Amino acid sequence: MKLGELDRAALAKRLRDGLILETGPFRTRIFSHAPEVIAGLSLLYSDFTVHADGFYDFHVKVDRVRGPRRFFHPQITFNFDGIEPFTPLPADHAFASLEWGLNWCIAGHAHHYLMLHAAVLEKNGRAVILPGDPGAGKSTLTAALTLSGFRLLSDELTLIDRDDGLLVPLARPVSLKNSSIDIIRDFSSQAVLGDAAHDTHKGTVSHLKPPAESVRRSNEKAKPAFIVFPRWKADSAARLTHHSKADAFIHAARHSFNYELLGSLGYDLNANLIEASECHDFEYSKLSDAIRVFSELMQ
Amino acid sequence: MKLVDSTLLAVLRDPLSMRQLSQEEWTLLVRQGRAAGLLGRLGARVIEHDIQAAIPVPAWRHMRAMLSIADKQRRAVLWEVKQLSRGLIEVDAPILLLKGAAYAAAGLAPAAGRTFSDIDIMAPKAALPEIEKYLMLSGWVSEKLDEYDQRYYRKWMHELPPMTHLRRGTNLDLHHNILPETARIQTRPDLILAASQPLPGFPNIYIPSSVDQVLHSATHLYHEGEWEHGLRDLSDLDCLLRAYSSQPNFWHDLIARARELNLTGPLGHALSHTRALLSTPMPETIARFGNSGGLRGKLMDSVFVNGMASAHPSMRRPGTGLAQLLLYVRSHWLRMPLRLLVPHLAHKAMSGNKKGQSDSLSQKA
Repeated sequence: MKLGELDRAALAKRLRDGLILETGPFRTRIFSHAPEVIAGLSLLYSDFTVHADGFYDFHVKVDRVRGPRRFFHPQITFNFDGIEPFTPLPADHAFASLEWGLNWCIAGHAHHYLMLHAAVLEKNGRAVILPGDPGAGKSTLTAALTLSGFRLLSDELTLIDRDDGLLVPLARPVSLKNSSIDIIRDFSSQAVLGDAAHDTHKGTVSHLKPPAESVRRSNEKAKPAFIVFPRWKADSAARLTHHSKADAFIHAARHSFNYELLGSLGYDLNANLIEASECHDFEYSKLSDAIRVFSELMQ
Repeated sequence: MKLVDSTLLAVLRDPLSMRQLSQEEWTLLVRQGRAAGLLGRLGARVIEHDIQAAIPVPAWRHMRAMLSIADKQRRAVLWEVKQLSRGLIEVDAPILLLKGAAYAAAGLAPAAGRTFSDIDIMAPKAALPEIEKYLMLSGWVSEKLDEYDQRYYRKWMHELPPMTHLRRGTNLDLHHNILPETARIQTRPDLILAASQPLPGFPNIYIPSSVDQVLHSATHLYHEGEWEHGLRDLSDLDCLLRAYSSQPNFWHDLIARARELNLTGPLGHALSHTRALLSTPMPETIARFGNSGGLRGKLMDSVFVNGMASAHPSMRRPGTGLAQLLLYVRSHWLRMPLRLLVPHLAHKAMSGNKKGQSDSLSQKA
């Protein structure tokens, strides 16, 4: 059953009893009474499959913190099976907190994958990995490509299957920050954006709904073909330049969540990934140029 | 002792029963195993019994993830032990690895899939200043403690304040005894050191004899009050007992050694609880040694078992909260006589017990 088939009241009830949500290879049972969570899920996750029973990976709650404080400064907390890994946040950050919490669940537990901090998209059977240095505009570019017919695999977490070295889809809402939110709204009239959470540790945050097609194909792994290091630079002409494989290897290892943990397996998976991928730097200033360059590259 | 009749315990008793679990039971098993620190061990059992094909893929993925973590820790501990061996080779005293570090470095029965957070080592008290000096020079620093806490550790405890490596972040506890200087029962660390065995390939590094491994594990479990890891520690004991029971005279030697080291109390609890909760095979005479009997024995058993159930919310019983409190009080009661304990707790209450500090002894992972 798709989440979108539940009306608000039915979704709220399911969330009280624990809604099992499928995102890529993971199923998470979410408990929440927070209206922000109900609104966010119903807007951004309508194409995702929900389950009534069966195995699930993570048991999480996003709910108001009890106590007198709730009357003048309500807060919410993210709870992972009895553990609260983050300090409580203002109540209107509930949905963002669920998104961060889900990332935390995966980054902290899914060591059956090599995990890189990078976005992944696919076109014509070939995948591109976009490693994200802060401020490089990775999420903006990912959102724009997603809205231009590229299949979204993930905007934050690249999962590499240890058994076959393929990239595992984890299509979830794309996290946009500050000015990126308006840039993407202007970029496409089809962009569906969730309510913004203001004054978070990342500034203002809003999430872009992933295309139904990407969500539907969440069980189709993809072959790595390109690693592109994007850099937004004002007034620059869009251009791809060669990036050394040795540096790409080190960059991937350094920006991995569990490269060291996996030992020789991590080394092998990373080496195979770099071996299979053309590596480029990419400088751009206009999203429309970027889409053209990526379309040509991945024909 | 039917108190914690959880999926996790059933599977620890009979790993082959993993082939018959329902989807819902798998969810619960992964949650309980993860919280109790036993998911890696379950993964090791799957491999040992070669039943991967019967395990649902999503659950098996979590076990493989934990096995990867355990493997990484084993590599890290071997590296740390190598450094210790090189650095402390000049010290005229044996360095004994305890618990997790010993299991991992020597590949002992509980090692497969086991994760741990500290490296525990023990050496004769007289050698501590020299060892501490070496450790400080090689980058190990104690957390910042006030004078009171420094004195608490150095005068009364069986270990120095916990140390952390500046660059690697590894935690190290340097012990000179397995029980505090002030504890109600006193043992003989010199005998444990004397009976220890060299770790092949690591000069001057030793591990305790097999019976002493059991006795230390039991003493740690029933004296330190780290009950959120209680079930993991009990399962360690189960692994050790199963592995060593085939040695000639093992059970006889174990009881005799417990008497010699004055550790029959913790051994009795360990035998009784491993048998009742984990069906650890043992001769009837040995099982009788473990049974404390009487109303007091039954009450204590119920408190301990409740303590072990505190690992995961789904295993908790109505009495678990009270049991945790009783166990906390008990660990302090065992640690020092009232004439020391009352002023100590008063000092902690007055100073606001900044982040638990010296109390973290009973809280740490």
